[in-house]
Amino acid sequence: MTTFDYAPAPESRAVVDIAPSYGLFIDGEFTEAADGKVFKTVSPSSEEVLSEVAQAGEADVDRAVKAARKAFTTWSAIPGAERAKYLFRIARIIQERSRELAVLETLDNGKPIRETRDADLPLVAAHFFYYAGWADKLDHAGYGANPKPLGVAGQVIPWNFPLLMLAWKIAPALATGNTVVLKPAETTPLSALFFADICRQAGLPKGVVNILPGYGDAGAALVGHPDVNKVAFTGSTAVGKAIARSIAGTHKKVTLELGGKGANIVFDDAPIDQAVEGIVNGIFFNQGQVCCAGSRLLLQESVADEVLDALKRRLSTLRIGDPLDKNTDVGAINSAEQLARITALADSGEAEGAERWSPACELPSSGYWFAPTLFTGVTQAHRIAREEIFGPVLSVLTFRTPAEAVEKANNSQYGLSAGIWTEKGSRILSVANQLRAGVVWANTFNKFDPTSPFGGYKESGFGREGGRHGLEAYLDV
Amino acid sequence: MPLTVPAHGPEAAARLASMSDVTASDGSLRRFLHGLPGVDAVGLEGRAATLGTRSIKTTAKAYAIDLAISMIDLTTLEGADTPGKVRALCAKGVHPDPLDRSTPKVAAICVYPDMVKVAKESLGDSGVKVASVATAFPAGRAALPVKLADVADAVAAGADEVDMVIDRGAFLAGHYLKVYDEIRAVKEACRRPDSTSAHLKVIFETGELSTYDNIRRASWLGMLAGADFIKTSTGKVAVNATPPNTLILLEAVRDFRETVGVQVGVKPAGGIRTTKDAIKFLVLVNETVGEDWLSNDWFRFGASSLLNDLLMQRQKLSTGRYSGPDYVTVD
Repeated sequence: MTTFDYAPAPESRAVVDIAPSYGLFIDGEFTEAADGKVFKTVSPSSEEVLSEVAQAGEADVDRAVKAARKAFTTWSAIPGAERAKYLFRIARIIQERSRELAVLETLDNGKPIRETRDADLPLVAAHFFYYAGWADKLDHAGYGANPKPLGVAGQVIPWNFPLLMLAWKIAPALATGNTVVLKPAETTPLSALFFADICRQAGLPKGVVNILPGYGDAGAALVGHPDVNKVAFTGSTAVGKAIARSIAGTHKKVTLELGGKGANIVFDDAPIDQAVEGIVNGIFFNQGQVCCAGSRLLLQESVADEVLDALKRRLSTLRIGDPLDKNTDVGAINSAEQLARITALADSGEAEGAERWSPACELPSSGYWFAPTLFTGVTQAHRIAREEIFGPVLSVLTFRTPAEAVEKANNSQYGLSAGIWTEKGSRILSVANQLRAGVVWANTFNKFDPTSPFGGYKESGFGREGGRHGLEAYLDV
Repeated sequence: MPLTVPAHGPEAAARLASMSDVTASDGSLRRFLHGLPGVDAVGLEGRAATLGTRSIKTTAKAYAIDLAISMIDLTTLEGADTPGKVRALCAKGVHPDPLDRSTPKVAAICVYPDMVKVAKESLGDSGVKVASVATAFPAGRAALPVKLADVADAVAAGADEVDMVIDRGAFLAGHYLKVYDEIRAVKEACRRPDSTSAHLKVIFETGELSTYDNIRRASWLGMLAGADFIKTSTGKVAVNATPPNTLILLEAVRDFRETVGVQVGVKPAGGIRTTKDAIKFLVLVNETVGEDWLSNDWFRFGASSLLNDLLMQRQKLSTGRYSGPDYVTVD
């Protein structure tokens, strides 16, 4: 060896024991679907079938909602401090089993082990710890004395952060005294089923948490079920709109966390080296499959060339490949369907005249892969500047003045996230005040914390998850 | 004309002269240094920490360990240093592992000026260099003529490399030109009668500069003044080399080469004691400036106890078991 090439450093698969088949988790028991249907879940990095999972249908949704309704009576009546004990216990079990869950999540989702180990799992545990702390303090949350839970929450989550989105949904729901029926995405059901096992391990009363793996029809049946009091959805804007239509005029309370086209604005007085890291983290974290990704890079013209050169140099050092390798930076795309969508949108960028660039990198021959890509010469009129790609594709635009930066950043149907890079504090404050985005990061990007509310403006949805604000969505206030 | 020239080469002076408008006055130098992009501390530390999670195993680890050994400036800088102690260290530097002669030798032995002669004699033609600290190391609190005499003494005694300290007081007071002129004067004092020069390493004592912005400014200041290497610390203060402050130095040499066309080396020093630490620094080098800096011509570790840990890890890799401290030499 004459150069410093990193030898393969794979995390062991032996820490996780995936069963050949899994059932639905209803009323504390794993059961088959009423109609006996099953579906396969594959590892996106190799297309290997990981397990066969029961597929929930309408009858199963009804059974799960009934179980949750029955459990609600007792769960909502026990003191907050008692509910907190269960949540603390769940949080600790997640920490204890974090390596197993990280490997499982990497296998089922395709994201690098470095991310599941250092981002997903610590955040999952932190979310349960955080809301455990709220369970006996709801009187002091600012919603008056003794605020009441809503009842049964029907929750539908996406595949990009399977366990983390589960935590965002389940932790506040349980802390406030609700019971839940949760449908994980069809491409990533496994970590939710392992979570069901953790609920049993923690001794959580039967029916408080029910997990229904399945497809869109199960999700539609869940949000449409007449005995669901609260609907929480994270996913695409198109599905979010359909949900909003379906529950309009009902008693159901709803929060929607939908798509985004985050603007990451780099001013000429930015800390350039850290801005480059922030840009990379903003769009290549989780292969860009992040609703709050910084997918539109707005560069001030006076530093555009300098930043682009530095960014390209940095992208050339990204390590793409086996998600279980501890040195992998960019893993696999979650599904063939998503890969096709990313490919089509990237092709449209080229067809519409933007200039495409990717670092030289070899992609694995099996599985779903897309090389980190950036487009320069993008204008506001291009599809890749307007539509959410949900992949490792960065659209680079330029601006001349702060006013133009704000105008371009806000010129989007979405309003979930934005980033500001400048060493000038006053500029951070003035620009942040003008941006219509639910989360504005200053000199960082894609930083999450359970204490911080998260949610969108415009077609990015409504309602907030996380922090004290996240309690409101699950309280009758 | 080549794209890049080494800082210690004859063509470097002309390249640096192209920046003479920057160093023409205290005002222009100050405007230039304060015009460098700022450093966001959280982002910098985050990047260094992420690179610290790289997992370097098997063949890569073996390569990194040998590379790290070959990059060590094996150091003794104690009031209690004696010729005997220095000779022992020199012997160790040439043959770090007496049980395994395939172990690479270290880059240099680093001593105080009065020990240069002893070190030079013991190292002979082994290829291991002698580095000497100078300029009233470690505080640098002496008049310029005293510092220059210190340097001249070390060079006359045969030092191949001189590790100077900058005047941190002048730097913190904003007297950048004073610091610049002093480095230039020391560089001049490194010249030998035969017109060759001892290589100059400029120590910033980053722990005393305190902010990352200052460390970046000091890096550029040192390189503009003709440093062949820029070095974090003396090893004599509370905070010495850390991954973040070394990352700043690496970014600075990368950008300096791109701007001026002169390549400068980097030396973190102090506090790097384990193989794990050393490998983290090599990862920083690899992923920030790449293989152009991955040799002891361009990257050094200022360390003493690090070597034994590297040797124990090296033995572990070749034999499959830990040998323990009785199987490496105590010097």
